Amino acid sequence: MLDVAITRRVDGFTLDVALTAGSGVTAVFGPSGAGKTSLARCVAGLERPDAGRIVLDGQEVFGPNAWVPVHKRAIGYVFQEARLFPHLTVERNLLYGAPTGTAPGQVADMLGIKPLLGRRTAGLSGGEAARVAIGRALLRQPRLLIMDEPLAALDARRRGLILPYLERLRDHGIPILYISHAIEEVARLASTLVLMRAGQVVRSGPVEEMLSDPTVAADIGPSQAGAVLSGIIRKIADGLAEVETPAGCLHLAGVEGGVGTALRLRIRAEDVIVATQEPVGLSALNVLPMVVEQVLQGQGPGVMVRLRAGDGALLARVTRVSADRLGLVVGRPVWAVIKTTGVARLDVGGGGLRSI
Amino acid sequence: MITLPPEALEALTLSLRVSVVATLASLLPAIWIARLLAQGQFRGRGLLDAVVHLPLVLPPVVTGYALLLLFSRSGPFGAVLEPLGLGLAFRWTGAALAAAIMALPLMVRAIRLSIEAVDPKLEEAAATLGASPRKVWWTITFPLTVPGILAGVTLGFAKAFGEFGATITFVASIPGETRTLPSAIYAFLQVPGGEAPLRGLVAVAVVVAIGAVILSNWLARRVAQRVAGR
Repeated sequence: MLDVAITRRVDGFTLDVALTAGSGVTAVFGPSGAGKTSLARCVAGLERPDAGRIVLDGQEVFGPNAWVPVHKRAIGYVFQEARLFPHLTVERNLLYGAPTGTAPGQVADMLGIKPLLGRRTAGLSGGEAARVAIGRALLRQPRLLIMDEPLAALDARRRGLILPYLERLRDHGIPILYISHAIEEVARLASTLVLMRAGQVVRSGPVEEMLSDPTVAADIGPSQAGAVLSGIIRKIADGLAEVETPAGCLHLAGVEGGVGTALRLRIRAEDVIVATQEPVGLSALNVLPMVVEQVLQGQGPGVMVRLRAGDGALLARVTRVSADRLGLVVGRPVWAVIKTTGVARLDVGGGGLRSI
Repeated sequence: MITLPPEALEALTLSLRVSVVATLASLLPAIWIARLLAQGQFRGRGLLDAVVHLPLVLPPVVTGYALLLLFSRSGPFGAVLEPLGLGLAFRWTGAALAAAIMALPLMVRAIRLSIEAVDPKLEEAAATLGASPRKVWWTITFPLTVPGILAGVTLGFAKAFGEFGATITFVASIPGETRTLPSAIYAFLQVPGGEAPLRGLVAVAVVVAIGAVILSNWLARRVAQRVAGR
């Protein structure tokens, strides 16, 4: 459990944040220059705030009369670059901060780096180095793991390869503060989302709620916005998985995992079409009856619409003209159309959302 | 094969002893000062920097004269050390001290540069892994600095081996006690017919100097490869 309320001024920039991070992954999301890294460094003890308090598991690590130096905070930190020690082998890197007698086996297995143990670090690929850095922070047995854009230095393909390892890490149970400006990573991993802008926390809340909120969508950027649904595979037939979500049943192609697998789906607002009458003769398989819950007009020609069905919410991006013509007002029942091929492109993550 | 006359052989062994002792004696202070200058934040940092570099810019004769003032029988250190039988003036140990002081700035420079070249991001990473500043130094900074230390040692050894001005001023040129290789070369130059042994000595000086550089480059390359993770 992490409790932060700090201010710090550097070169005309003011960081003024308050946040609480519990178990699971708390994602700190915002554009570059929002102060995310500065916040992370303050929590870790690499930077010293001007005022405020930082309390970790009931221990005040920073306060008016408290200062615990970085090496005594028991916080693991995964930096943007792997920062492996070049003069040590992978195994000795992994065990650098671990209590004596620790074996790297289990963690190395989880991260798929067991074959690398005897290697020197210079020959590692970017993805391998990133996983070693994560394992090293984990073996230190931290009370909190801070990950500061650990995938930012990797290309999209490598990111895709590492995300499943991070999902396993999340299910490992250790609280994680995940700094990112990539919304698809946040959507796959986070249970709580903290939105930062210009040194301040704009909003925070459970990730499903936040990502289906049209006002948050404006911060994320309309083309990146999209709601997150958790679901369970109920049936697999004809290459399509039938996934039960709180918003209704979806049919998805190219989903990994068997019946009973828990999934987390991000459905981009751009991939959702809104119809006021039940569509007929459509090739799209996923048509969900929903209700307009919120309509938010942005500055541009687009309108963000939050749709709800039961506990599930979707976000749809339509033009202002369509919104007017269709009469999309709060309370109006509509059909949300999601093309199956569209869904196949969605970011589908393994591992269930933990209940918050 | 060059056969050396006994005086030349004597000068060579003395010079090797003096420069090895001088290099070893100044190594730890050099590392300590280099670390202070590279990482320390304290008042008088600039002053320390200047004082350490002084022997590099002063005429060596001046440095030797200063040592003489400090360590002669009537000097502040000499008055204490001489009665104990530990006097340095006109002894080979004095030659080693003069060589050490002349070598120190070169060693400090090389080591300091290599400490500053260690990526502070690695030291930060080590700290987040629970390493105290002391552990960070011994497990990260120091091992990564080793190639620079070796370079400093070579430079220092070469400087100590060739040191002449401060040595001859401080400890004179007593055969068997303080007549190092450069002093001997100088002495042979002063006598008519001294050219024959002179050539041998010069050849030895060149061989030792080149040998030291080759050895140290080889060592430094091996260490650098290890340190770079290859």
